[in-house]
Amino acid sequence: MQRISLAHGEGGELTHQLIQDLFIQSFGHSEQTKLDSAILAIPSQTIAVTTDSYVIKPIFFPGGNIGKLAITGTVNDLAVSGAIPHVITAGFMIEEGFPIKSLKEIVHTMASEAERAGVNIVAGDTKVVEKGSVDGLFINTTGIGVIQEQHRLKPEMVQEGDSVIISGTIGDHGVAILSARQELGLLTDVRSDCASLNHLIHELLEEIEGIRIMRDPTRGGLATTLVELCEDCHFTMEIDEASIPVRRDVQGGCDILGYDPLYLANEGKVVIIVDSNDRQKALDILKNHELGKDAGVIGQITSCHVQSGKLLLKTAVGTTRRLNRLSGQLLPRIC
Amino acid sequence: MANMDLFSDPVLTRESVEAVIDLAKRFKEEKGRIPVFMEVCGSHTMALAKTGIKARLKDYVQLIAGPGCPVCVTDQKSIDAMVQLSEEPNTILCTFGDMMRVPGSKSTLMKAKTEGKDIRVVYSPLDSVHIAEENPDKEVIFLGIGFETTIPILALTVREAARKDLNNYSIWMATKLVEPVLRALLSSEEVKLDGFLLPGHVSVVLGKQSYRYLADEYTISGVITGFEPVELLSGIYKLLVLQLEKRVKIINDYTYVVRDKGNVVAQTLLEEYLEAHDEVWRGMGTISNSGLVLKEQYAQFDAKKKFNILVGEPRVTKCRCGEIVRGLITPEECVLFNKSCTPTHPIGPCMVSTEGTCAAHFQFMREV
Amino acid sequence: MCLGVPAKVIEMEEQRALVDVMGSRMYVGIFFVPEVRIDDYVLLHAGQAITVVDEEYAKESIEEWRNVLDGKHGSFFRSGLNS
Repeated sequence: MQRISLAHGEGGELTHQLIQDLFIQSFGHSEQTKLDSAILAIPSQTIAVTTDSYVIKPIFFPGGNIGKLAITGTVNDLAVSGAIPHVITAGFMIEEGFPIKSLKEIVHTMASEAERAGVNIVAGDTKVVEKGSVDGLFINTTGIGVIQEQHRLKPEMVQEGDSVIISGTIGDHGVAILSARQELGLLTDVRSDCASLNHLIHELLEEIEGIRIMRDPTRGGLATTLVELCEDCHFTMEIDEASIPVRRDVQGGCDILGYDPLYLANEGKVVIIVDSNDRQKALDILKNHELGKDAGVIGQITSCHVQSGKLLLKTAVGTTRRLNRLSGQLLPRIC
Repeated sequence: MANMDLFSDPVLTRESVEAVIDLAKRFKEEKGRIPVFMEVCGSHTMALAKTGIKARLKDYVQLIAGPGCPVCVTDQKSIDAMVQLSEEPNTILCTFGDMMRVPGSKSTLMKAKTEGKDIRVVYSPLDSVHIAEENPDKEVIFLGIGFETTIPILALTVREAARKDLNNYSIWMATKLVEPVLRALLSSEEVKLDGFLLPGHVSVVLGKQSYRYLADEYTISGVITGFEPVELLSGIYKLLVLQLEKRVKIINDYTYVVRDKGNVVAQTLLEEYLEAHDEVWRGMGTISNSGLVLKEQYAQFDAKKKFNILVGEPRVTKCRCGEIVRGLITPEECVLFNKSCTPTHPIGPCMVSTEGTCAAHFQFMREV
Repeated sequence: MCLGVPAKVIEMEEQRALVDVMGSRMYVGIFFVPEVRIDDYVLLHAGQAITVVDEEYAKESIEEWRNVLDGKHGSFFRSGLNS
């Protein structure tokens, strides 16, 4: 099997070949390669910029691979900020010995996911490091999106009674990865939900004026994301435990290992806070879309302009309890 | 299982809450105070808090968390020894996830792992035997914490290691038994209780008949209880009925998994491999014969005999976990709670373990 | 104290069984439940089945509790508390 060697990163012939044969062929940005930077015309006064590094074990998992994640993650970060993803850059840190076949598969996945999302990969970088310096492959992507004035999010408009909507089931990515790691013996058919949400979000922003703010509940899960939202925007939110969509097999996997789906990562979900008058319209749009078919209203904003915003969970017996952000790493437990 | 879903059915749960409150009001009318029950098991503490039942009942029934969280009752010196064990050269330390963040005087297993020590979290103790097989040139040690539910699995692990003739495998036994600690609690008379919610899964191993001493010697009732909301409420309800009828009794309210005699296969295995031993409990000192260790003929699998771990006296903190596990104080009465001691920076084990009283309180009981 | 999860046995081997919890699966030890059969529910703890669930009793528990809630205390107070 052909593998990446340190020479692939030394800037010589092998580097040239790798870039020409793989990256440029897949990402198709030969026009931009004449200069050391990509030169772009941006069709807006206001842009959004985001960067993220992707490290995941295993690199290939049910529902995707690190490359798909590197595109969808950055696309979604732009989209939930109300931006239309425009271009992406990609930096690769590759461990010496990494199979070239795997690298090709990952790069091809990135190209097709970028195409699906409608973004161009305009600049890239490759470094090869000694065995043991990174775990296989790390990817960094930076995304630039354009903001149209009418799509600008209005977190300051959040008011009591606003609805909280989630676009689908939670914890799918977390359980898929746990199972794919094969460390704890969990077997499941759950696939990662990783997907680019920008088209779905664009439709929502086009159709609905009352969208206040959005977030994608990735690391730390739905609970951590909502806690941060409550703290950042100084409101208190109450969510109803029974209305949060969770696949049965995700719940089953969590039960076995002692995990809580509220704290498991998602890579293809968005939380939307919307004027309650627009709630049904938003739900209709979501449910009409493959990526939003399991969407549901999970709660509402109960008070605004508070000193320290809180996330409350309504329990089956009608009491509420406060949810906190994930503390430390998730570990399987017997107690 | 369709029937099982009913145990967490929201409508049935709310109805059950009302039934318990009705009965608790009758108790208060008759006795002029609210009833005090102890849930022995940490998973009950967690479930009562998580489902909101404890908060809902707080004006009607006082529920005190008992000493049934294996992480929380492990004393400081023993935790220090486990952390130090991870520093032994050429070893792989295997543990349940529960122990990783427990603070020793100087460090935690999590920190030791970050520093490069080979520490592995396993779901099943048997996995640690496979790790020993795959690493014949390393010493593999399993941190054997747990109550009677878990201890038979530790014995099974030793049986497996012996069957495979492994000489690089051992268990650091730090197990705890329910009966000795309940006797110690009842004898100290520090806490006044009207009954026990008895631990459902420990009872799977021990059986209903193992609790006779509670009724016979201490004239206190106990209900063996499951973990779903309706089951918890049914357990509390039955304790209330016994109180109102002035009867003392052990009731098995978790009949679909708990038998009178318990799990005989597990009990036989315990007898074959293990023997009673005095154990030190956090905040309670040494309780005679309150833990199980490997018998002499299995000494080669006993990490405490294989490794010479000496730890000094632990650092003294203001942590009051010792009193919390005895049900003497609530987390708020500890000066550290929610100030310097939080789940992110725990000082005592009750804040670390998900089922620890302080962690459950922090996660589920604050600011409703 | 100890997490326990009901799981359905879907495949049996000599020393282990494949169990299903709402669609997620795991191989678990069956040393402590020699009587276990395919389609039984077992209670899982730390990778072992520690007992076989008696579905009849689960049904009875629910029915008994339903009666209590419906005010049929007669059978429950005094005579009923014998389980």
